[in-house]
Amino acid sequence: MKVKYFAWVRERIGKAEETIEPPAEVRTVGDLIGWLARRGETYAYAFETPRVIRAAIDHAHVKSDAMISGAREIAFFPPMTGG
Amino acid sequence: MIMSATVTIRIQEADFDIAREIAALTQGRTDIGAVVSFSGVCRDSEGSEPIAALTLEHYPGMAEAEIGRHAETAMSRWPLTGLTVIHRVGRITPGENIVLVLTASAHRQAAFEAAEFLMDYLKANAPFWKSEESAEGKSWIEAREHDDAAAARWTKS
Repeated sequence: MKVKYFAWVRERIGKAEETIEPPAEVRTVGDLIGWLARRGETYAYAFETPRVIRAAIDHAHVKSDAMISGAREIAFFPPMTGG
Repeated sequence: MIMSATVTIRIQEADFDIAREIAALTQGRTDIGAVVSFSGVCRDSEGSEPIAALTLEHYPGMAEAEIGRHAETAMSRWPLTGLTVIHRVGRITPGENIVLVLTASAHRQAAFEAAEFLMDYLKANAPFWKSEESAEGKSWIEAREHDDAAAARWTKS
């Protein structure tokens, strides 16, 4: 699945997007944040405070207990400041 | 005669012309009694810190989809003849426009309420992120709980 990063999440990781293949036991958005955080220091830094990270699956906001199976695109970003 | 609603949602770097957008929203119709316009403008300071510019980043695809959902909700909750939301992205300097919301209805209550609803929802949920340039350098602006609270008050109990 494709994963996209925005704002300071993108800056800390150092990339805007990538394709990932999480193992089957990574079932929810929260699980995925934990799995990504263990990929390296830049990821750990980006996800160091999971509760401020917001997520979207296929262009719709989801909570951390949302299931990721079947998702084409998952995005992680800070709380929004539009408008 | 039943007329279709005019819903316009655009995300663009270029500035917008409010009078032209109002004309586009109302043209050809004589059933509109109220047009409400809100425009968000870049200030020259954030908190107490003077800023040289804002930069708006967004999530292409999701920003349009999310604002589209807000628009659909507004159209179903209030008797509007149409609405327009334009959100700029890219580098914006103090005094420049950032966002435009227009609503049109037969009467003013729906137009006022829908415009406020759209702004509250956009601020809380639309995937845009502002960074500021100041003497200290570039930094991300933090979201305020106030905006989430403003959006929450529109939830019907």
